[in-house]
Amino acid sequence: MKKKVVSLLLAASLVTAMLSGCGNSGSSDAGTESAGTEEEADDAQQTQTDASNAEEGSDETPAEGSGETYKIGAIGPATGGAAVYGIAVQNGADLAIKEINEAGGINGSMIEYNFQDDECDNEKSVNAYNTLKDWGMQILVGSTTSGCSIAVSAESANDNLFQLTPSGSSVDCIKNDNVFQVCFTDPNQGVGAAQYIGSNGVAEKVAVIYDSSDVYSSGIYEKFAGEAANQPFEIVSSEAFTADNKTDFSVQLQKAKDAGAELIFLPIYYTEASLILTQANAMGYEPEFFGCDGLDGILNVENFDTALAEGVMLLTPFAADAEDEATKSFVSAYEAAYGDTPNQFAADAYDAVYIIKAAIEQSGAAPTDSASDICDKLKAAMTEISVDGLTGEAMSWEAGGAVNKAPKAMEIVDGNYSLIQ
Amino acid sequence: MSFISYLINGISLGSVYAIIALGYTMVYGIAKMLNFAHGDVIMVGGFTIFFAVSMQGLPPVAGILLAVVLCTLLGITIEYIAYRPLRQAASSLAVLITAIGVSYFLQNMALLIFGANTKAFTSVVTVPAIKLAEGQIMISGETIVTIISCIIIMIGLTLFINKTRAGQAMLAVSEDKGAAQLMGINVNGTISLTFAIGSALAAIAGMLLCSAYPSLTPYTGSMPGIKAFVAAVFGGIGSIPGALIGGIVLGIIEILGKAYISSQMADAIVFLVLIVVLLVKPTGILGKKIQEKV
Repeated sequence: MKKKVVSLLLAASLVTAMLSGCGNSGSSDAGTESAGTEEEADDAQQTQTDASNAEEGSDETPAEGSGETYKIGAIGPATGGAAVYGIAVQNGADLAIKEINEAGGINGSMIEYNFQDDECDNEKSVNAYNTLKDWGMQILVGSTTSGCSIAVSAESANDNLFQLTPSGSSVDCIKNDNVFQVCFTDPNQGVGAAQYIGSNGVAEKVAVIYDSSDVYSSGIYEKFAGEAANQPFEIVSSEAFTADNKTDFSVQLQKAKDAGAELIFLPIYYTEASLILTQANAMGYEPEFFGCDGLDGILNVENFDTALAEGVMLLTPFAADAEDEATKSFVSAYEAAYGDTPNQFAADAYDAVYIIKAAIEQSGAAPTDSASDICDKLKAAMTEISVDGLTGEAMSWEAGGAVNKAPKAMEIVDGNYSLIQ
Repeated sequence: MSFISYLINGISLGSVYAIIALGYTMVYGIAKMLNFAHGDVIMVGGFTIFFAVSMQGLPPVAGILLAVVLCTLLGITIEYIAYRPLRQAASSLAVLITAIGVSYFLQNMALLIFGANTKAFTSVVTVPAIKLAEGQIMISGETIVTIISCIIIMIGLTLFINKTRAGQAMLAVSEDKGAAQLMGINVNGTISLTFAIGSALAAIAGMLLCSAYPSLTPYTGSMPGIKAFVAAVFGGIGSIPGALIGGIVLGIIEILGKAYISSQMADAIVFLVLIVVLLVKPTGILGKKIQEKV
């Protein structure tokens, strides 16, 4: 079915390219080259973009590159296994850009938006980047996933093009100085969690259960353990599990119980966390539970007794059920536009666009500047601005690209995430 | 006190392995093939109970019966369609590969039908937990039911094989298929019966596994299936008491290894023990004298 739709789109774009693209020899070349074969999906996609370009060129009076608009590109997996994330980024950024354009643009200039699919594949992500560059992209929101962001950042650093990844959380994503992050880096979550537990006096004896076969989980755990040394609590038990042995947590829980832990820190994903909660309950062990953004989603595990999750605390940048005004209006606008509840990725991308807006306003970068000039101006501006977004208040950035924001602590109350004030 | 808790957890986990291992060992003993799809039949049993009890609200007993019937039919069908045509014609390797194929087929069908999202299984066991030593040791209802089921199944199977004609036929087929056929035993029927019993046990194992560790995905059965296979080899594949001993010893090793050596090395320890046992006793604990007895 999808193929049919894609091929229809391709056919349509070919026709438009032929009708309107006489002036644009590049697009008709690409059109004849990729005669609709499946293998050449990338070329085909390019054709599509070129075609729409040509179309726009004929509709609007200013020719391409005359620079009345900012051109923001975005990349993410709109198909394949990680499609949920990519589509969320695509829509989140789209929503923000529409809002900004309706409100009069950035300093009076509109934003043009182009999203390219990378199927969560590093190579395709670089192809998508090149497609966007041909389109005239000045600023990139992407990529969505860590691996792709790293691959693309090598290219964008060469071109000195400003890149802001909404959700690439690996430290390697921001190795180059033109790349900034909206989300926390994985290790920062561990530090943030330790500081939160310590400074709020949540518990004195803490146990950790983490997944040693997962980079996300073990990365958070290491930083958490490191930071715990500076905090007024003690890690009394830290136990691991692996991807192949993630159903029986009786031993880990027994050890935490024997060590007298009042709180169990779970830097893991919600699937295993739901099992841990169930098994702890069966053991008659009732510590407090504390997790990171991986726990976001625990209330949606099918048939899970959400009463068990009552009182679970988690640090997450965004929860769609949160009760604050900004989140509520974002969620209702998103649901109205795309018929789906936004997740953390949508919020990250939405924030990313507003961060870019703030940075442009701060630096005075004009849409007529070259991508490289804009990049230099934005790089400087990023360290000066402070943005209140959905995923954090008073977000600020280091020159290295990592974000500083206070993580939002949520607690599950009556089967809903609610912000701990 | 913790040691006793660990031991009880180990016996409980081992009992689940033992029930699964029985399926492997019976099929191997009689049909001389490794049914790698066995673990996935467990998953089908788990999903059946999940939908019958948690979604449709049927009483647990009805759900379990439904799962047993469905898994039995599934086992017979798999044997009839995928394994029987290859039994005479092809090498045992072809059947083995087919079994792996069936395993992936079942996993992907489940993925297609039920989706990849984890489902939280509601325990169908209503036996209350027992508290010993002033609440320091807690034996969950699931553990009690698992251990008791394991013992009942073991006794029942032993009686079945030694006391009934069908059981005697199984013994005969396992000794010598050709001779058994000459003596007028319906070999194909006997093998079908073996698959039927093995798959019915898989349904019960699925119920116990999912009740004790309440998460259900299309891959739920694969790792326990492999562990149970290890248990069967460990105890001496083809031997019913061997499956019991292998399963329980394996469960205890896994839990104690997790508790006292390293929680992330639990699987490595299990497989290391298997290697050591096979080096010392290549036929497994009980597999020495009569290698291919049911």
